[in-house]
Amino acid sequence: MLWSFISRTRGRNRFDLTDWLTWGYLIFGMLLMFGPVLWVAMSSFKTDAALSEYPPSFLPLATQTAMVKGYDKPLPLYEITAGEHKGSVLAQIRRIGLNAQMVDPAHPDEKINVKIGDRQPKRELTFAWDNYSKLFKRFNFMRYFWNSVFITVVATVITVLFNSMAAFALAKYKFRGRMVVFLLIIATLMIPPTINLVPIYLVVNELGLVNTPWAVIWPAVATPTGVFLLRQYMLTIPDDLLDAARMDHASEWRVYWRIVLPLAAPAIAVLVIFSVMWRWNEFLWPLIVLNRSEQFTLQLALNAFQGDLQTSWSGLLAMTILTLLPITIVFAILQKNITAGIAQSGVK
Amino acid sequence: MLKPLNTAAQLGYRTAFGLFELPMATAQKLIGIKRIAWMFLLPNLLIFGLFTFLPIILNFFYATSGGDAILLAHRPYVGTENFASLLSCTDYLDPNTCRRDVFWRAVYNTGWFVVLQVGFMVAFSLLTALILNRDIPWRGFFRSVFFYPVLLSPVVVALIWKWILQRYGLFNAGLEDVGLSSVDWLTDANWAFFWIIFVSIWAHMGFYTLILLAGLQAIPADVYEAAEMDGASRWRVFSKITMPLLMPTMIVVLVLSLIRAVQAFDEIFVLTGGGPGSATTLILQYIYETGFASRPQLFGLAAAASILMAVVLLVLTLLQLRVTRGQAEN
Amino acid sequence: MAVVELDKLVKDYGDMRAIHGVDLTIEDGEFCVFVGPSGCGKSTLLRMIAGLEEISSGELRIDGTCVNEQRAAERGLAMVFQTYALYPHMTVRENLGFGLENIKTPKDEIRRRVDEAARMLQIGDYLDRRPKQLSGGQRQRVAIGRAVVREPKVFLFDEPLSNLDAELRVVMRGEISSLHRRLGNTMIYVTHDQVEAMTMADKIVVLKAGLIQQVGSPLDLYNRPANQFVAGFIGSPRMNFMAMSVTKVESDGIVVADTNGRSFTAAVSPDGVAPGDAVTIGVRPEHLEIGSERGHPVTVETIEQLGGESYLYCKDADGHPITVHKSGQTKIKAGDAAQVFLPEESIHVFKKDGTALTRLRIGEEA
Repeated sequence: MLWSFISRTRGRNRFDLTDWLTWGYLIFGMLLMFGPVLWVAMSSFKTDAALSEYPPSFLPLATQTAMVKGYDKPLPLYEITAGEHKGSVLAQIRRIGLNAQMVDPAHPDEKINVKIGDRQPKRELTFAWDNYSKLFKRFNFMRYFWNSVFITVVATVITVLFNSMAAFALAKYKFRGRMVVFLLIIATLMIPPTINLVPIYLVVNELGLVNTPWAVIWPAVATPTGVFLLRQYMLTIPDDLLDAARMDHASEWRVYWRIVLPLAAPAIAVLVIFSVMWRWNEFLWPLIVLNRSEQFTLQLALNAFQGDLQTSWSGLLAMTILTLLPITIVFAILQKNITAGIAQSGVK
Repeated sequence: MLKPLNTAAQLGYRTAFGLFELPMATAQKLIGIKRIAWMFLLPNLLIFGLFTFLPIILNFFYATSGGDAILLAHRPYVGTENFASLLSCTDYLDPNTCRRDVFWRAVYNTGWFVVLQVGFMVAFSLLTALILNRDIPWRGFFRSVFFYPVLLSPVVVALIWKWILQRYGLFNAGLEDVGLSSVDWLTDANWAFFWIIFVSIWAHMGFYTLILLAGLQAIPADVYEAAEMDGASRWRVFSKITMPLLMPTMIVVLVLSLIRAVQAFDEIFVLTGGGPGSATTLILQYIYETGFASRPQLFGLAAAASILMAVVLLVLTLLQLRVTRGQAEN
Repeated sequence: MAVVELDKLVKDYGDMRAIHGVDLTIEDGEFCVFVGPSGCGKSTLLRMIAGLEEISSGELRIDGTCVNEQRAAERGLAMVFQTYALYPHMTVRENLGFGLENIKTPKDEIRRRVDEAARMLQIGDYLDRRPKQLSGGQRQRVAIGRAVVREPKVFLFDEPLSNLDAELRVVMRGEISSLHRRLGNTMIYVTHDQVEAMTMADKIVVLKAGLIQQVGSPLDLYNRPANQFVAGFIGSPRMNFMAMSVTKVESDGIVVADTNGRSFTAAVSPDGVAPGDAVTIGVRPEHLEIGSERGHPVTVETIEQLGGESYLYCKDADGHPITVHKSGQTKIKAGDAAQVFLPEESIHVFKKDGTALTRLRIGEEA
């Protein structure tokens, strides 16, 4: 069944070399694209001890331990693979050279000597949720998360509002200077903000915005991409509809808000996706204008966290996963719309 | 659960409407229906002016002034000194002979980076798009697979690969497993440069694949059917039909990826920090470090460097316009 | 209720003048149709009345008040658009109620009016649907309904039937006419289809290149076209034109002759023509008599036999196409030579500048 589905080819019955190559490429690609993320996700559930294991295991395995009467600490359990006690599970007390002194948890009094080559640690799947809970307890994760959410949501709302208003004016009114304004906006598509880091910093500084979320929000909301995208879409809305609304006693604002905006919803959805992606992932500009750690976005916190020598990989990996999780969930739900929207507009 | 959410959203939409209606309706009465367009443009233009147009002009003032003050009034005019300082080299092919050797290293790194990253990325994107354009099951799923990394933030991308490439990471374990010796990937200059290219291709190729795939799907099926009737071989179909018809999309992809490669920063900064030494420092990182990360903050030098970068971008864009116009005329 | 007066209305687009000073009075309760070929300015004129296009000069009065400066909505008009312009994101009920909502009409009043209009137009069953889920005819009704609920002084229709198929067009034509009878409002209707104009109008305004060619009742225009353009535009199939010259001028008619020397008498007033003048003769296909003698010689090229009637498409010696309508069937075949007779009381005569000579006796009215 499955095979016939996979080997389905257009008009030809034979599964030929190109089909093999195609599937080889696709499976390799899938491993290459998803593998690293999956690997980090698995690693993020490992204890610090398991993380320092080399070679590493894929699943978050941890050596089992057991409390044995007469010993204060839990003892690691081993499976005996050869020799006299083959097949039994013993707890290790200590290692002495090539031998290990072990004990059967059922008979705590009797000590057994086993060659270290004859035993294998008994391991099982253990998820170190601790890596995650630490982030909330010891590290102000929610603060950074909230900062990121605030910037993303507010900037997106303002972006959509301002860009759609401008797009409406440029698409639906004939006024002197329209072409000039439009060309000016389009021209800035070619001048990315990275060129103007220094003077934008001055403006933000003069407005007293440094170290507030608004320093990230305001410079980003007047996107030429958004204006262009929405204008092109609004051009396809028939003018008759606007005239009909005007005959229906609608003010210009009402025409915009009740007719044009709802009808531009598909284009707005694309802009929302872009804006969320831009703001959530933005790095360089926040790095410049947000210097106090309580104002950090998730990305900045993550960067600061990895630069900090005190940081353990376990916390960092957990935080990486938490940072990519929201975007991944949104993508999993909306993947069709996202890919279609981006393919249509060809901007990012 | 969805219903109250929906109601709340509608309420919000209506409230927002009411909030703006009165000022906008008043404006309409005052200035008339002809000029109301300017009211709609106003917020966007205000932000634009403040954070785009004004900075473009200010950039030249910074580039021609010295010192470490952010306020223009406190900055002495130095003419073209910043540019001269950046451009003074005994031998332009050897960054060590330059006054700003890191700048020149960054320029050369960026040059190599742009050529290699764009070249390989566009090639792989095209290959992937061609494969996804075949009649395969789960095409939507595979398209999403290749697109997924595009959505990840640069910091996340860098950390994922840092974890895999670290000394005791997955990659080295795999190498040792097949009997090779492990390498310190990110602290060896050549390997680090390889990996910044690899990682940025990994992170961005899905986007270009998607655009190319859309371009491929826009080619009408009957053209292929006609070619099949004409007995064209697969290679001839590809070289004589697919590629020429895909050219406009290819050019868009090339230019977009070029412009973005010139400005590459985020992933690389987190992955290698520009090191070892300045082996993976690109031009934007130089600007950031000169202007913001190091003391004293040499805003003038940073602005001058960014103007030089803008010139390169402008040339690239004009090239695009020229090529696309040439295409349109054909 | 509403008299619409157009006083030297002019519309300029930059240097281009689209409407050249139109004077017109549309009486209260009248069904007035603007007709003309595309680009004649009829839609522009309607949009100027609606308030959607600015008036460059002249005055527009509704019930004696100048409304040049009033906004579209304030003029008390309602318009049905060619594309219907239904709001695609609203249900039929919301579409109908949107205008009333905008002027803060109480909710139950909106409901009452919408239900009433829906009943009148038989769209009550679709009130909760979106425009996309409706057929062309249903959309048309909703578009009319949206105008009806506003209870306007004047209804404006901009080619409302052009997107419907032929059969539905006939049905909707009847419905709009009966709506007019029932409501008795002033209605202004724009179309390029002279059949619509003929069947619906109390008054037809024929426009060409921004100028009124003629204003009158449908039969007036058919019987007494003021010029060659109106004569050709009104009536289907269109009037046949032949080049002839005047040979004799009398007080009760003139005599014209074709290039072959065949003469015909036309019962028209001889004002402004003298023997020797070149004129254009017009006769409608239904008034030509085809036979083998006494007439203008033609060659039959194609024949359409519809059973109950026949159309013969011919050409005369000067190359003018001549269409003949004949009731019943015909034995004439394509390629046959024949002659067409021009009855004295059916001939229209147009001077060189296109204006018509007044007809003294009109055969059609007999």
